[in-house]
Amino acid sequence: MIALRVNGEHRELEVEPRRTLLEALRLELGLTGAKEACGMGNCGACTVHLDGEAIYACLVLAVDCAGRSVTTIEGLASDGRLHKLQEAFIDADAFQCGFCTPGQIMALAALFQRQGKPSDAQIMRALSGNLCRCGAYQHIVQAARLARDR
Amino acid sequence: MITRREGRAKVTGAARYACDARLPGLLFGRILRSPYPHARVARIDTARAAALPGVRAVLSASNSPAIEWQQSSRLFDATVRYIGDEVAALAAESPEIAEDALGLIDVRYEPLPFDLAGRRQKPKAEERGSIARGLREAQEVLEAEYRTQTALHNALEAHGCTALWQGDHLVVHESTQGIFAVRDEVAHKLGLAKERVRIITEHMGGGFGAKQVAWKHSVIAALLARAAGRPVQLMLDRNAENLASGNRNATVQKLRLGARRDGTLTAIDVRIDLEQGAYSTGGEDSDVIGTYLTLYKCANVRAEQTALATHLGPAVAFRAPGYAEGNFALESAIDELAERLGLDAVELRLRNYTSEDQREGKPFTSPDSLRRCIARVTSAVDWPRRRPGLGFAAHDWAAGGGWPPAEVRVEFRDGRGRLTVGAQDIGTGSRTALAQIAAEALGIPADAVEVALGDTAPRLYGPTSSGSATLATLAPAVQQAARAARERASAAAKRGDNPKDRSIRTCGAQAVELAVDRETGEVLLQRVLAAHDSGRIVNPLLHESQVIGGVTQAIGYALSEQRVVDARLGEVLNANLEDYKVPTVADIPQIVNLSESMPDAEANASGVKGCGEPPIIPTAAAIANAIYSATGVRVRELPITRDKLIKP
Repeated sequence: MIALRVNGEHRELEVEPRRTLLEALRLELGLTGAKEACGMGNCGACTVHLDGEAIYACLVLAVDCAGRSVTTIEGLASDGRLHKLQEAFIDADAFQCGFCTPGQIMALAALFQRQGKPSDAQIMRALSGNLCRCGAYQHIVQAARLARDR
Repeated sequence: MITRREGRAKVTGAARYACDARLPGLLFGRILRSPYPHARVARIDTARAAALPGVRAVLSASNSPAIEWQQSSRLFDATVRYIGDEVAALAAESPEIAEDALGLIDVRYEPLPFDLAGRRQKPKAEERGSIARGLREAQEVLEAEYRTQTALHNALEAHGCTALWQGDHLVVHESTQGIFAVRDEVAHKLGLAKERVRIITEHMGGGFGAKQVAWKHSVIAALLARAAGRPVQLMLDRNAENLASGNRNATVQKLRLGARRDGTLTAIDVRIDLEQGAYSTGGEDSDVIGTYLTLYKCANVRAEQTALATHLGPAVAFRAPGYAEGNFALESAIDELAERLGLDAVELRLRNYTSEDQREGKPFTSPDSLRRCIARVTSAVDWPRRRPGLGFAAHDWAAGGGWPPAEVRVEFRDGRGRLTVGAQDIGTGSRTALAQIAAEALGIPADAVEVALGDTAPRLYGPTSSGSATLATLAPAVQQAARAARERASAAAKRGDNPKDRSIRTCGAQAVELAVDRETGEVLLQRVLAAHDSGRIVNPLLHESQVIGGVTQAIGYALSEQRVVDARLGEVLNANLEDYKVPTVADIPQIVNLSESMPDAEANASGVKGCGEPPIIPTAAAIANAIYSATGVRVRELPITRDKLIKP
């Protein structure tokens, strides 16, 4: 049994030692926003925040998250108000199929939390570990700039 | 500006994909795959796997119906024909238990000789005029061989589904481009009436052609769910996705172009081999010869393609199948020919411009649109004063006009509309664009129209999302139904026929600006400029997403993507996203969408055509032509990796 905070709430989980944080979120907590696409830390579709830092949830074991704080895409909007990155993604059409979108937004959200007004180079670096096979990168970068400049 | 209607669902994680279905008692399925490229399954013992606590169903040839699959094969065949071929499957209480149980299935394989070079299948050939005459009339003949690689779709959501039985009815939440295609195929394979199978695709995480046909996993999930009496989720992992769910055929294209001094093409002669893999999936029919027969005016054409059956994963359609491959060769060759003739490369193309579909013998519905696309791109890059590192390519595409059948329904009450269609939104924005079409005809704002799609239950047949056809198929019917609904509250309409005496096609042009690092061979893309004929552009923002998405995928195809196979083992060495190099954010230059709205009233009453596939077609040739311009090195093989630019 481990205890952790997920999207601000105290949660207790009974998990096998080999269960990843991603599987625990998706299968036990019903938080399906983070996606499994590669399962080996190549694509970033499973990006969530662990103690405020963007991580690949498929590479972290759930048991290693005991006592720590996890934020997922479901926890990014507050009181029904979208995060400015979420707004900007809609306005710039920064997705097509949308499968990678939660990961892209969480990767950027960690940067924005740290940086406030990140540079273009910082935006590119924050996104460099997130694949988008539909090829929406240009609009994703535009969305990040839009969120920064608004 | 109208944004994507499922935008909020997609940015909040609320959008549900096939892998997100969470049902009471859900089990997790896994498939055991062949480790040999060709072998007989001599013996299979699933007893140890079945006995593992938490395992609820195990299927293999011994306890499954011998459902016929792909030519004379079976669901679980006694012969496996590529590494990744299905051998057995099981369902368990958790993904971890399922994974453990796979390792407990004992299989004895008797390896057989395998063939990666390929057995030649029956050629497909088309000919017009006389090649001998065309070559005689030529004052210059270019002869060259071009090669393209096997590319892997790698949609981020793997193929997969969640299947459950409700009495004798089967419900499948499927990641597919064609809910009706899957419904009909699954029903057929399981011997069920179509009405007893319901397919739901609310959102899906990319397909690019590989999800336009039904695959074995849907039937396997249904059988596992029936055996266990519980719902089963069966998603392929990334490895299986790369081995067993389709790929873009590799090609070898040997061609001769004959021309007069003034640039008039007198002969196009091409022989193409394409690697098909172990099975014909039904979606692999890539028409590589197509563009040779239609892009330029030429009286004498001979085009032949031959599929080669190998012991590798099966090919399936990949965004603009055949045309991305054929265009790379033809549009590289046209540049080579222009240089031989001492003519401007764009001028040579314009001198051989055609206003009619020479394959069908009919005029195009939009005879000037390619000329307009070429003009937009060449004027944006100031082509007459071009500098080194600029490349150009034009393209056509065999589809984009849509076609019947399809049926839609529109209800209109109290100023609000409700549109029901049997298509799916695969990320292209069908929901949004169709709502706009309906709203326009109803005379209300788009957000007053609700759209229901992605479900076969309403029994309104919708097209598979392929051939850039979804919008062009549905928009005319939606328009018609909406107009009728204004009068009588609820109306259905069927998609009418296309004009018989005209050919509906899409086309476009792209230019690429780049530099090449002479020390490292790195290709430094600076800009890609793209203009495509999509008929009337319904939503410019979403249209631009299609253009930049197609160009981005094409950059991977041109420069970095390639399935690598160990010839001694028949094994794919990069069946993952670590070693198979899809473009990242850092690999993409500025992509400028120069497309203009060109309503095609001759095509259909809505003026709409498709835009999904065209943007991926000409980029590779434009890049190859730009690299030649920058370096003087002509690379005739994709991907254009650094080793091909730097000679030791």
